[in-house]
Amino acid sequence: MRIAVRHETHYTYATPPKSIIQLLRLTPRSHEGQHVISWRIDCDADCRLKAGEDAFGNITHTFTVAQRVSSLSLVVEGHVETFDTAGVVRYAVERFSPLLYLRETALTEADAGIEDLGRTCLARGPLDGLHELMGRIHARMQFDTDPTHAATSAKDAWSLGRGVCQDYAQIFIAAARAGGTPARYISGHFFRDDGVVDQEAGHAWAEAYIPDLGWVGFDPANCMCPCESHVRIAFGLDYLDAAPVRGAQNAGVGESLRVNVAVSQARAQRQN
Amino acid sequence: MTHFDEMKGSEGVVRSCYRLVEDWLAHTPPTLLEARRAQAELMFRRIGITFAVYGEQEATERLIPFDIIPRILSQSEWVKLEAGLKQRVKTLNMFIADIYGAQEAIRAGVIPEDIVLRNACYRPEMAGHRVPHDVWVQIAGIDIVRVDDQDFYVLEDNARTPSGVSYMLENREVMMRLMPELFARHRVAPVENYTDELLTCLKSVAPASARGEPNVVLLTPGQYNSAYYEHSFLADRLGVELVEGNDLFVREDVVYMRTTRGPQRVDVIYRRIDDEFLDPLVFRPDSALGVAGLMGAYLAGNVTLANAVGTGIADDKAIYTYMPEIIRFFTGEEPILKNVPTWRCREEDAAKYVLDHLGELVVKEVNGSGGYGMLVGPHSTKEQIAAFAEKVKADPANYIAQPTLSLSTCPAFAGDSIGARHVDLRPFVLTGANGVRAVPGGLTRVAMKEGSLVVNSSQGGGTKDTWIIEDTPGAGQRQQQSQSFQSQGGS
Amino acid sequence: MLARSADNLFWVARYIERADFSARMIDAALRLAALPKAYGGDGTEWISPLAAAGNLELFKQIHDVPDQDNVFAFLAFDRDNPSSIRNCIENARRAARAVRTALTVEMWESINAAWLELRRIESSRDVTKPMPREEVDRFLDFVKTISRDFDGAAYRTMLRNDSYWFNRLGLYMERADNTARVLDVKYHVLLPEAEQVGGTLDFFQWTAILRAVSALTAYHWVYRESIKPWLIMDLLVLRREMPRSLVSCYENLARYLDFIGQDYGQQGVSQRLARSTYTRLLNSRRDEIFQRGLHEFVTEFLADNSRLGGVIAEQYLLS
Repeated sequence: MRIAVRHETHYTYATPPKSIIQLLRLTPRSHEGQHVISWRIDCDADCRLKAGEDAFGNITHTFTVAQRVSSLSLVVEGHVETFDTAGVVRYAVERFSPLLYLRETALTEADAGIEDLGRTCLARGPLDGLHELMGRIHARMQFDTDPTHAATSAKDAWSLGRGVCQDYAQIFIAAARAGGTPARYISGHFFRDDGVVDQEAGHAWAEAYIPDLGWVGFDPANCMCPCESHVRIAFGLDYLDAAPVRGAQNAGVGESLRVNVAVSQARAQRQN
Repeated sequence: MTHFDEMKGSEGVVRSCYRLVEDWLAHTPPTLLEARRAQAELMFRRIGITFAVYGEQEATERLIPFDIIPRILSQSEWVKLEAGLKQRVKTLNMFIADIYGAQEAIRAGVIPEDIVLRNACYRPEMAGHRVPHDVWVQIAGIDIVRVDDQDFYVLEDNARTPSGVSYMLENREVMMRLMPELFARHRVAPVENYTDELLTCLKSVAPASARGEPNVVLLTPGQYNSAYYEHSFLADRLGVELVEGNDLFVREDVVYMRTTRGPQRVDVIYRRIDDEFLDPLVFRPDSALGVAGLMGAYLAGNVTLANAVGTGIADDKAIYTYMPEIIRFFTGEEPILKNVPTWRCREEDAAKYVLDHLGELVVKEVNGSGGYGMLVGPHSTKEQIAAFAEKVKADPANYIAQPTLSLSTCPAFAGDSIGARHVDLRPFVLTGANGVRAVPGGLTRVAMKEGSLVVNSSQGGGTKDTWIIEDTPGAGQRQQQSQSFQSQGGS
Repeated sequence: MLARSADNLFWVARYIERADFSARMIDAALRLAALPKAYGGDGTEWISPLAAAGNLELFKQIHDVPDQDNVFAFLAFDRDNPSSIRNCIENARRAARAVRTALTVEMWESINAAWLELRRIESSRDVTKPMPREEVDRFLDFVKTISRDFDGAAYRTMLRNDSYWFNRLGLYMERADNTARVLDVKYHVLLPEAEQVGGTLDFFQWTAILRAVSALTAYHWVYRESIKPWLIMDLLVLRREMPRSLVSCYENLARYLDFIGQDYGQQGVSQRLARSTYTRLLNSRRDEIFQRGLHEFVTEFLADNSRLGGVIAEQYLLS
């Protein structure tokens, strides 16, 4: 499937900051399940955009604005050809042994409940266990954008029983690790087959390491393994490692943020 | 339990390096010692050497108790200790370079891969990166204890941001002013060149892109940090700016500090804040102490951080237990300093031994800290031991065990009389482009309560000046020298 | 020098000068309040120090009656009043601690000792009762010695480099501001026609102002005349030899900014602004000021002074 993504981020400031610096993970890499056809980042202010890679091999851009601006728009646009690999991720960039992804982080710390969940599910063996885990999380959690935010930990979201795809993914990761299975966080985009194009945010899911298969994706928010609807952008131990934007600004006051994501099926004549 | 006293030895015979101190103590009335102690306290208070105590409504500033009786090591003891320290710190640097590089120690089976990769102190960001001259730990503080007159044991390697060196330096200054008569009888190896050595060391590891004389700064979390005094003291002695995160900014992967003359490039940052707080874009996003973009500049090779990011992997409790093997692997030498023997419960035989001897051992969680999740066998009830045994059985890999060490003691003026108190020692070891240096001595920490083994300043521990002296003090002493010391003391 | 260090050096001096000024204003009010109503005590004597400190509104939120006890407690010890004397001392010490290495030992010790003494006073003070007059006097004297100690230490021990200059800028900036505020609060009794209106009743108000800024004797030396309101204005605004006058403060501000500009090899907005205000004060004449209106003059000056503060911050302290 050929997917078109348009991801806009708009900032406005009551008092403009003297400078802004951001670390962006907005650019996908190709792997067996996706081929990046075109991709670009645009900004409406005088800025510098320096490409690089992070520890995991994700493509990053360091974005700096060195003068006062009262508003700022970042637009990311591109086309990706996706293929269904039944969730298995092959030929992606891999810098570390799966063992690294057993490490607990503040956002993916397991409490007794999550630990129990992970151990019980994974007692059934990795593949079945992980599907079971995904099913249980999907069943217990209620999708709700209100109560959680970017800094909500897996255990807090789990005890609330509510959250967004980020929370689902991090609970999955925490439980999988507690069950002894390496797991990691994926940020990306999701094409909806119900015709809804405009979304408020990007998507997030998880990948777990299964000895004979390698890394396999699990999308607990949709209770499915990622297929050709998923565009994989960045990964890491938790949300913070894969976050689309991490930023800081100097002396600005009253920042407000608006994000628009449009994910659609690209038509041939719209290609660029 | 019997222990080794550094003055009286194990048999009660005064050891030669303490001969003159013992004599001096015997001839000095307690009232005079008391007066000196009061003077010392006054001097410390005037200088403002304090540390912050938290948890009270107003952050208060307190003095760390200072004991006026020096702790003494002979030159030949120091020679051995110094060789051991250099070997250890050299190894730490080689080990860290390897862990973030070729990982030969892992491939050779010296340490298990999961202990490294699963450790929160292992920083993926540093994988594949090299640092100037392969020096990762410019400043190390190695905690040393003795149990007899032969061996030195390493209790802990501090490879992140070891503190306490300001006390080492100030203790010496105060002692030289207060105890001229004692200095007159000994030749004490000086420590005051530490800051000079440190500055040389820091400049030597400046990035290749630095232009002209490297600009070094000291990065502090600010005046509410418990070690702020030390930070300002060191900045002052080094003659470098004491900066906070907000004083720095990054533009195009270069770090600048905000000065009254405009931005000025920074080449070397002696940072006294932990990895997690360095850069909100890469580590904790809520950190207000760091500098956004710092890691980008660092990884681009435009600024040197001392110590490097990710050195925590070398001073971790789990890694510690492998240090003897690590030293052999990287240097081909036998370790000069001993490790406290440690049983790793992840190994089956060890787990069995530990479970059979819980009553005699100290058992710690590998990733625990601050005494949390710890069993002190000799001080625990049967029920506590039984309960702990269950925890070890459930997850053996999470535990290590060590024998309870009988730390050496030194004479201390505690309360209103002289008594033996347990001590440890933190020597400071510097590594730059030109090799490894240890300043003779270090910071002696002393448990001021009788019988106590807790030397931490947060729990009432004090400090002592540490003297490295010739093996037979007083031999060949010249009259002239003792006079010059006395006149200095009178000023 | 780090911009933050310069900022702290600047503010140490400001806070200490502010504490000193508050103590002097309280002193003046105590004097007026001790007079019988017929001698000029118009019942507003405790409003003036609040108005001069610019926090009358805040006071009203906390207290109902502007009497001696309330005002004193508010100006001296209230933690909720950002410019109370105790907050000034604490802020001065905090700023000093942040730039300890840029201060001389003597300067640090003077501030640290003041802070320790303040803590002693606070812990021994009975907050349920008004402070006895004797203790009030002792406290005010203590506050005035802090500024003398600190200034003396700075003057005698600091290297004459940018550290010193930024410190002095803070001092003169604050002092100019304070002098202008006294004039602003009391301008109605300084108008020339006040003599006819008020007669001797205002005499005590005038002398209280002069005393507050330690200028009563200076007045006699300079003018060798009985107390005249327009001369008081002249002394506090236009006399270069009077260390608290606006013109003297600006002479210093312009001078220290020039030193910095020369040392850094670069002049900026703050140098230009300080010089132009200084020149304007130097060329002003008493009659003109009264003709244009003293109140307008002072209001304009306060705005200029605050603009200079902002410009100095922008040019050097925040960079």
